[in-house]
Amino acid sequence: MSLLSVENLYLQFDTDEGRITAVDDVSFELNAGEVLGLVGESGSGKSVTAKSLMQLNPSNSVYGSGSKINLELENNVVDVLSLKKARELEIVRGGAISMIFQEPMASFAPAITIGNQMVEQLIIHTSLSKKGAAELSVEMLERVGINEPHKRFFQYAFELSGGMRQRAMIAMALSTKPKLLIADEPTTALDVTIQAQVLDLMKDLVKEFGMAILFITHDLGVIAQVADRVAVMYLGRIVESGPVREVLHSPSHPYTKGLLNALPKLDALDEPLTPIPGDIPSPLERPPGCVFHTRCPEVLADRCNSSVPQHTNVGQDHFTSCFVVDSTGKSA
Amino acid sequence: MDYFSKKKSDTAIDQNLKEAYFTASQGQLIRARYKSNRTAMFAGWVLTLMILFGFFSEFLSPYEPTMAGRDKQYENGPPQIPKFWDENGFSFRPFIYGTKRERSIKTNFRWVISIDRQDRRYLHFFVQGWEYSYIEFDWDLPGEVFDLDVKALTFNTHFFGVDKGGIHLFGTDKSGKDIYSRTLLAIMTSLKCGVLGVFIAFVLALVIGGISGYYGGWIDQILQMITDAIRTVPPLPLFMALAAFLPSEWSAEAVFFVISSILGLIGWPTLARRIRTHLLSERSQDYVLAAQLCGASSNHIIRRHLLPSFTSYIIVDLMITFPYMVRLETALSFIGLGLIDPVSSLGSMMQNVSKADVLLNYQWYFIPVIFFIVFVLAFVFVGDGLRDAADPYSKTKK
Amino acid sequence: MTEKPLIKINKLNVEFPLGRTLFGKTPMLRAVNDISLEILPGQFYGLVGESGSGKTTLGRAILRAVPISSGEITFDDSEVNYDVGNLGKKELKNYRKLAQLIFQDPYAALSPRMTVRDIIAEPLEVMGLTQNREETDARVREIAAKCRLNLEHLRRFPHAFSGGQRQRISIARALVCNPKFVVADESVAALDVSIQADILNLLKSLQKQLGFTFLFISHDLSVVAHICDNVAVMYLGTLVETAPTKKLFSNPSHPYTKALLSSIPSLDPDESKKAQKLEGEIPSPANPPPGCKFHTRCPMAEDRCRKEVPQWRELSEDHYAACHLV
Repeated sequence: MSLLSVENLYLQFDTDEGRITAVDDVSFELNAGEVLGLVGESGSGKSVTAKSLMQLNPSNSVYGSGSKINLELENNVVDVLSLKKARELEIVRGGAISMIFQEPMASFAPAITIGNQMVEQLIIHTSLSKKGAAELSVEMLERVGINEPHKRFFQYAFELSGGMRQRAMIAMALSTKPKLLIADEPTTALDVTIQAQVLDLMKDLVKEFGMAILFITHDLGVIAQVADRVAVMYLGRIVESGPVREVLHSPSHPYTKGLLNALPKLDALDEPLTPIPGDIPSPLERPPGCVFHTRCPEVLADRCNSSVPQHTNVGQDHFTSCFVVDSTGKSA
Repeated sequence: MDYFSKKKSDTAIDQNLKEAYFTASQGQLIRARYKSNRTAMFAGWVLTLMILFGFFSEFLSPYEPTMAGRDKQYENGPPQIPKFWDENGFSFRPFIYGTKRERSIKTNFRWVISIDRQDRRYLHFFVQGWEYSYIEFDWDLPGEVFDLDVKALTFNTHFFGVDKGGIHLFGTDKSGKDIYSRTLLAIMTSLKCGVLGVFIAFVLALVIGGISGYYGGWIDQILQMITDAIRTVPPLPLFMALAAFLPSEWSAEAVFFVISSILGLIGWPTLARRIRTHLLSERSQDYVLAAQLCGASSNHIIRRHLLPSFTSYIIVDLMITFPYMVRLETALSFIGLGLIDPVSSLGSMMQNVSKADVLLNYQWYFIPVIFFIVFVLAFVFVGDGLRDAADPYSKTKK
Repeated sequence: MTEKPLIKINKLNVEFPLGRTLFGKTPMLRAVNDISLEILPGQFYGLVGESGSGKTTLGRAILRAVPISSGEITFDDSEVNYDVGNLGKKELKNYRKLAQLIFQDPYAALSPRMTVRDIIAEPLEVMGLTQNREETDARVREIAAKCRLNLEHLRRFPHAFSGGQRQRISIARALVCNPKFVVADESVAALDVSIQADILNLLKSLQKQLGFTFLFISHDLSVVAHICDNVAVMYLGTLVETAPTKKLFSNPSHPYTKALLSSIPSLDPDESKKAQKLEGEIPSPANPPPGCKFHTRCPMAEDRCRKEVPQWRELSEDHYAACHLV
């Protein structure tokens, strides 16, 4: 039984300009100790999907009626989308699931010390005393590689550098020993040398704590280093998913292929950069049929713009949503 | 065209709508967003209506709002609502009842007004009445030099009146002045006071806030210290002090001028701070740097980039400052420090309502209060609507 | 190379005051520390560094958008020879025609109240480069076409466009006055990957067509590696290494360059990083370490590194570095 099972997640936003589809029939599973990477560009719906796992989306969001997010708690399995009371959601938010964000400055309250915030979180979710919570917090700060943890405990967020703040956020997120950690672009705002450190840290923590991570990013290189499996999203749909080696070495969806070709690679300096033609359509103008067909170099004239491709198996646990690929996994 | 409700119609119409959206300037976008806010549109209409009432107050009032127009036969009289129908039959022309005044032994020989239901007084429209001018300056400011006496656009037609006796839609006060006429004039007075106050505040704020925000540095520091110092002055004690100094022989207009000026002088710091903030944030925008890197002069940058960027904010700020001015004037007049009876302003009219006598017997004195509340609320809603329309980040509100 | 450099920077220092003190000396932050660099005409020069490296400040200093504290920058394109640090009013105005900037944030760089045509035309109008409206329009259309913006686009306002399109408008505005030198400050950092490649290709082809010299500032080494001819690596306000691109990436010499290269996450999950990973945080530029600025994080640091500032030396042709140990 997997830790997290998302089934047919549909999400629309009610705005002045009409109903905008942000997530369109997304399904995936996540097991304990596994790192799933959710990759996509702007408008892909990856952040929105992650926030749905804790019902963090704004009040104008409309979930599909058949959407389910099944989360395995201590004794039972709960559908997060069906939880209405704040009390029930409290167990999920910060307890079973923790989240870290791109901008650590924004998630720490500026006028409360780091230590106090961590203790507050622990008191809500565990039965520790204030003293016990403080001790655990200092331990966690040390575990994430922050030097002088006792001193940092009493400091404010603005006194720490970007990398340290991110580590502190990871410490805070992990102190409640969640089963699932959602990391929404955690290293995008960091310098590349600091990013390398933080990624190493996260890999170690997964081994030590045995939790699952849903890692959201636009950077395929980061995914390659951190994730076990990857799901590629475009305009709210998962277009390809599978083990990270397979997807990166033998991508089958034209979008994945396009993304990989557009990336500058250090070991192929002479190869030209090939962008994906066109622009990402605005969410107000979702293309009919396959969402990618307006930019796809392998588009099939009548089929791709009229019907939505289903998930085809193209390898061991490797799925693609494309008409061009036949069931043996080879492109037409 | 309504840019924000997309209908799934022809692709051609869709394309036109989209193109219209792409080529819409900021001003047009703001207007479109404002129109889609129904509360603000409604408040806008109410406000426009009230302002029109104020402008045409003389035309719409059957009686002069001053002591000259009082009805000695109908002091402290209740409101007379025109009717179309009573037990004596239907009439196309609206009518009211005649009244008689007599001393009644029941009330210790005070005047009591009795209604004669058989005596119908019919309403006539476009009647001749007291004279009024649209352009009239009769300023008796201190010193002979400033006196102004101009009269033009004089009429004496009024919207309605009765053939015999008087018609008082909102009743009368204790000297017989028609409350309806006074209310209309009061709207105009409060409006004029507010406009003058806002204008003075705006000019001061623009200059001081503008210099502060554009140049920054130590000029900014010093100006901000001055601004903050003035902001800390509490308005009521200041007014009380000034009221003690105002010579009692000054005419109503002089007092009005001075009151409005003081309102402006008190109100400018808040506005100045807002202007300064807008300027500071706009000045550090990348596109301003881009213009500077082309060698654009300060003049060009102010004209082309900074001024247009905060025009919409400033209009919103002005709209929001207005109700404060009106409220301040009303409050001051209410406690007797601003415009006082017999000058009609919403505040001076409310001066009379705080007596127990009024509360028990003459409840119609409260009608101007309702007008005041509606007036201020309309301004507030319009200001809010404008601010929401001008603020591009409020789109996620639902 | 005996070619005359277009931009010659000699011992440049740029300092900013940190806070204010009533008495005594105001503490200064040295954003650019003793930098000497040459950019030859026609080069696509890359400037790489992390936060606090001073690369943005250096780019802006060359454009005279920030004041220079000491040292000199010379601009020499065979028609004019300017000492950028000490330009008179008239010369500064002329310099603005020759050197332009493309910004990072496509959303903040365009005035939301002007049409695209007006935005691109603004430099022409301010600098008085055209005689009348027709000429301006013609120039605008010409450069817009090169940036793949058509006539319809010119009538619209910035809110109608995506990030990539706005960046193209930014580029058109920078190039409309035919500058000789263009600085791109993190111009693709805010764009999606699929659009990044598009803009990079556009920049490269525009450079070939119009023949200007390009300074490309970025924190992303892989991007720089693909389009730049030469690369300079900065750390905490100082230059640590410069070399032609191929040489730098095949044979990095400075420990920081090596660490930077190995920190880039590779697309191959199996490639375990054998090269160095750096420990510690980037020191604050307000409080830089003595001696070699990198010694606090350098895996090879010795005693000498803590005390002596390393010399800027030529290691091989066109390949320079500042390190005691190479």
